[in-house]
Amino acid sequence: MNNKEQGKNLNQSGSGATAMRLRGIVRKEFLQIMRDPSSIAIAFLMPVLLLLLFGYGVSLDAEHVPVAVVVEHSSVHTASLTAKFSTSRYFEPVFITSLQEAKQALINHKVDGIIYLKSDFSRILKTGYEPAPIQVILNGVDSNTARLVSGYVQGIWATWIEELAREQGSRASMPVNLQHRIWFNSQVRSQNFLVPGLVAVIMTLIGALLTAMIVSREWERGTMEALMSTPVAIREILLGKIIPYFVLGMGGMLLTVALTVWLFDVPLRGSFWILVSTSALFLLTALGMGLFISTIARNQFIAGQAAIIVTFLPAFLLSGFIFDIESMPALVQAITHIIAARYFIMILQTVFLAGNVWSVIIPNAFALLVLAIIFLGLSRFKSYKRLD
Amino acid sequence: MNETAAFQKSALSFNAVCKTFVEGKRTIPALVNVTFNIRLGSISSLVGPDGAGKTTLIRVALGLLRPEQGDITLFDTPIASAPSYVQTVTGYMPQRFGLYEDLTVSENLDLYADLQGVASDERPERYHELMKMTNLQNFTSRLAGRLSGGMKQKLGLACTLLSSPKLLLLDEPTVGVDPVSRRELWSIVSRLVEEKHTTVLLSTAYLDEAERCDNIILLNEGRILDQGPPDSFTRGLQHRIFEITSDLNKRRLQQELQSAEGVLDAVIQGDLVRLVMREGYEPKKVKKIYDIHGIQIDSVSPRFEDGYIAMLDAEKGGLDAQGVEFDTAVKETKDGIVIAVDHIKRRFGDFYAVKDVSFQVFRGEVFGLLGANGAGKTTTFRMLCGMLPVSEGSLSVSGVDLRTAAAEARARVGYMSQKFSLYGSLSVMQNLRFFSSVYDLTGRRREERIQWALDQLELAPVKDASSGELPLGYKQRLALSCALMHEPDILFLDEPTSGVDPLARREFWKHINALSNSGVTVLVTTHFLEEAEYCDRLAIMVDGEIPAIGTPLEIRTQAGTIAREPIVSMEEAFVTLIREQSKN
Repeated sequence: MNNKEQGKNLNQSGSGATAMRLRGIVRKEFLQIMRDPSSIAIAFLMPVLLLLLFGYGVSLDAEHVPVAVVVEHSSVHTASLTAKFSTSRYFEPVFITSLQEAKQALINHKVDGIIYLKSDFSRILKTGYEPAPIQVILNGVDSNTARLVSGYVQGIWATWIEELAREQGSRASMPVNLQHRIWFNSQVRSQNFLVPGLVAVIMTLIGALLTAMIVSREWERGTMEALMSTPVAIREILLGKIIPYFVLGMGGMLLTVALTVWLFDVPLRGSFWILVSTSALFLLTALGMGLFISTIARNQFIAGQAAIIVTFLPAFLLSGFIFDIESMPALVQAITHIIAARYFIMILQTVFLAGNVWSVIIPNAFALLVLAIIFLGLSRFKSYKRLD
Repeated sequence: MNETAAFQKSALSFNAVCKTFVEGKRTIPALVNVTFNIRLGSISSLVGPDGAGKTTLIRVALGLLRPEQGDITLFDTPIASAPSYVQTVTGYMPQRFGLYEDLTVSENLDLYADLQGVASDERPERYHELMKMTNLQNFTSRLAGRLSGGMKQKLGLACTLLSSPKLLLLDEPTVGVDPVSRRELWSIVSRLVEEKHTTVLLSTAYLDEAERCDNIILLNEGRILDQGPPDSFTRGLQHRIFEITSDLNKRRLQQELQSAEGVLDAVIQGDLVRLVMREGYEPKKVKKIYDIHGIQIDSVSPRFEDGYIAMLDAEKGGLDAQGVEFDTAVKETKDGIVIAVDHIKRRFGDFYAVKDVSFQVFRGEVFGLLGANGAGKTTTFRMLCGMLPVSEGSLSVSGVDLRTAAAEARARVGYMSQKFSLYGSLSVMQNLRFFSSVYDLTGRRREERIQWALDQLELAPVKDASSGELPLGYKQRLALSCALMHEPDILFLDEPTSGVDPLARREFWKHINALSNSGVTVLVTTHFLEEAEYCDRLAIMVDGEIPAIGTPLEIRTQAGTIAREPIVSMEEAFVTLIREQSKN
């Protein structure tokens, strides 16, 4: 009896005991994940849902925009110009005879803009002394679409003028010939930059939200108190939480990448392994934030709310995922520097669309590393094996 | 090993330990100068009213809370210098057992075996031993969340025993657990102490459990009032304890006695009333007592509960002896049956929570529904309140069929739930206003009822206090007055005294008695068997059925017939009836 006790006590502090305790917690965590439909949903259902939503539903491109075309006096010229609108994939023209009716359609949101060719359009165009007037009325309620539509109309107008000039045998009176190329995303598909960004959002969900809630659940149900009364060390508890959710997060990431590449045809131009290793780095920061939140909030509701406000929403709104950081006010721009998702989104968009651009990847990965160390360090520092 | 020498040694000692909590601007002293010594191989219990500091003391002993002052020594090692040592030699079961409900029984065991560093080759034998001891062999693959309260408690205990701890700390291990499971737990603990010389410290609200221990520590407001073996608490009470019978009904007798001069405590116990007199008084010399018709007074020896009450009485400067007088105007109904339950069943999926239950409650009766957790008490209750429809059968409350006019029936019923359902952040007055408006009281009527509550339940002194911070006794009274706002003729009480200490329970029953005397019908669920004695009639519920119904005496007699020996305590009767039922 006495010898056995002695042997066991020695065992408590050895690395064998550490491994055993860690194994115990990790195994418990995996069992809980498998039995809890909500963790599975967040890890695997949510990525698929978000991908489908952003891949098919949300698009920042204006395509097939319904516009009213009002031609007061038709001629060959107006016909060829309106034909340009009909064949463009950006527009869905509706031909309306009176401006009044078109205005009503705009107000009722039946159309997003009006292209108005006055009765003297052809006459002025023929004389050539002054530019023929074309009026474009747009619905400014959706400023994004309005801006895009205005650009497209100018584009169509410019090509049409050029073609018209060529037909007439004279060179168009254009001093500058603008030839634009869009690099890395030549079709300007918004999916190409939105969908890779989802990797960051999904990993934030798993790493921060799920982890914060799972740890606070242990406080709520009184199991944390029971854990703490055993010889388990606090670093073993933390590591025991990090390992399973790291695996889950990487699983969610691989699923997202696979769907991004194979379902949405987004090119992956950079190295897959760079993607994996920077994702791992980002996941560690997310886990650090999740654990840190759970050291402060010991009930699931508050932990969940806190995780959404300080991790999930910033990953959506302040990371450059949807909204350009450069166009934010200076103060908000300054805040984005502490948002890990910002650095990761940069890496994601670069690795997917541009390739291994080290000058982008290295500084951003370094920022992620620093944040990971800060957040994991903070959670280690703020967790002690006591209840007060 | 020399056994006597071992027993002299100390397992755990506290020396002038202080612990305070800071909540906002208030500092709350949780432990004040706590000093005690627990002998190796003994069982000690911590008792005291709610909020006395029992849980804090256990957490401090485990190193989970750090005291501001004082020294704690565990097996001759100061715990401040070796926090990890504490966790290798102690086993701790917190209040909710610390189990993972989404893991199975054996997965919980595996986890705690890993955490406590039990070697893999020792496990099969250890598991087998513990499962046999706790009778859980056939449930190893069941999820812990699907176990009954008693089984959970035993599994929690098994998990803490995996590494054979030298000191076992249990925080209210038997709260919310039925008497059969309580007995099993005690036999496990006694065996541990006998066979392995484990030292045990447990907190409990059951004073009969404390009486079984070698040593009792009585805490009140963070201070130790007294400590020592159980009989040391009753030393000054010789010749002050009496058992009284009379021609009066026992509830009426208890009330008469409680209000008499020189009486410290009067409780119903079986068919008689147990009386504790103040120092220097004798029941035969108090006129009010002596005049009671057919009175018979027998002197008996004191028990721990008498000492506990006497000590807290001295501490608090006298218990409030007078029951509140109610003048609730009970609407005259046809005298007789107020609640009629006729062969009701309630099914959830393919599981019958209540199967074929029938009983009747008469006007002005206190009717008890007694049973273990999961016996179907709460389901029955919800059906009676009209919150849950019955699957089969019929039931009527105040002559109104609940299937056709649930709202009408509900208007005649007052309901008080386990957790009081008060709004803790509102003041007493705001709670009263809110509940009166819920019951559609307006204008003068509303003001009258609120005034009634303030006067009769003595809430006026605290009317502006935030109800969450009130002492438990006030909370109970407030909850009761909220349930009585609309002057119901029937009062439903769902485990009103669960987790409440003996003092608060006594006070509560005083009010219930007064209510019943003014004609209100009271239906109460409980798993405190002593409380069953306060009921006029009661029904024992087991697995959704009622195997016994009647007055407490009839129930004990029925159980006595089964056991073929006279049964005096309700607990004994309950255990016998449950065993009989599970045999069928």
